[in-house]
Amino acid sequence: MARMKFICDAERCIECNGCVTACKNEHEVPWGVNRRRVVTLNDGVPGEKSISVACMHCSDAPCMAVCPVNCFYKTDEGVVLHDKDICIGCGYCSYACPFGAPQFPSSGTFGLRGKMDKCTFCAGGPEAHGSQAEFDKYGRNRLAEGKLPACAEMCSTKALLAGDGDVVADILRGRVVQRGKGAEVWGWGTAYGNQAKGA
Amino acid sequence: MSMKTAITLSVLLLLAACGETRQDVAGVGADKPAVAGTGVAVYTDPGWKAGDKASWSNHLKARAQYGQNDHARAPK
Repeated sequence: MARMKFICDAERCIECNGCVTACKNEHEVPWGVNRRRVVTLNDGVPGEKSISVACMHCSDAPCMAVCPVNCFYKTDEGVVLHDKDICIGCGYCSYACPFGAPQFPSSGTFGLRGKMDKCTFCAGGPEAHGSQAEFDKYGRNRLAEGKLPACAEMCSTKALLAGDGDVVADILRGRVVQRGKGAEVWGWGTAYGNQAKGA
Repeated sequence: MSMKTAITLSVLLLLAACGETRQDVAGVGADKPAVAGTGVAVYTDPGWKAGDKASWSNHLKARAQYGQNDHARAPK
């Protein structure tokens, strides 16, 4: 098993927010918390591009590096998870994360900032797998049920891919070959140099 | 109060902190691997065996291909 990864194919994402809805529904995420969201660049301009963003389960995760109470851990599959019993809700992970993945629910009468909540790659948390305690804190543990993240499985255009990094890379590579183009894909220039116009 | 008693009391006072209960964090890393399964059959996707990493891994790979690779699913 390689590392679990998300890839969002910007050529396919139609900003339907199905992934956001699937995530919120699957995990009963509280009001005001979005573990996943769709970001659109050049909105309204012909050629606009959308991508679905959540925790990218970084190999060298900045959130893990800055956490003062060391509440993060990584599974064998490379999924970055955290323990809410240890989290103090300080928000350092939020400053460190380049994707804005950590979320802080408001709770109580005065809207106190709660403990950090983020995408778990549908892998639950340190509580017993499939338990009510795990569901209440982290949501459903689909990986332990032999399923992939709900956001990707519900994606209507299959723009959002999730799973073993080798498999999702193969799927995306196959698409690029089918399209007969690649270097002009949005983000390519940023990643690999000036081989394309635009981003 | 004798000198002996005073020394004993001082030593006890100095060593009092050594009796502090451990406060090690037990939660982090205590998570079971996903391959262990949930034990809740009704929500578990059939076709793999809980505890068997190769079986679970292959099941997820197949699911990713079938569910997400429309080029492979579409008729040639």
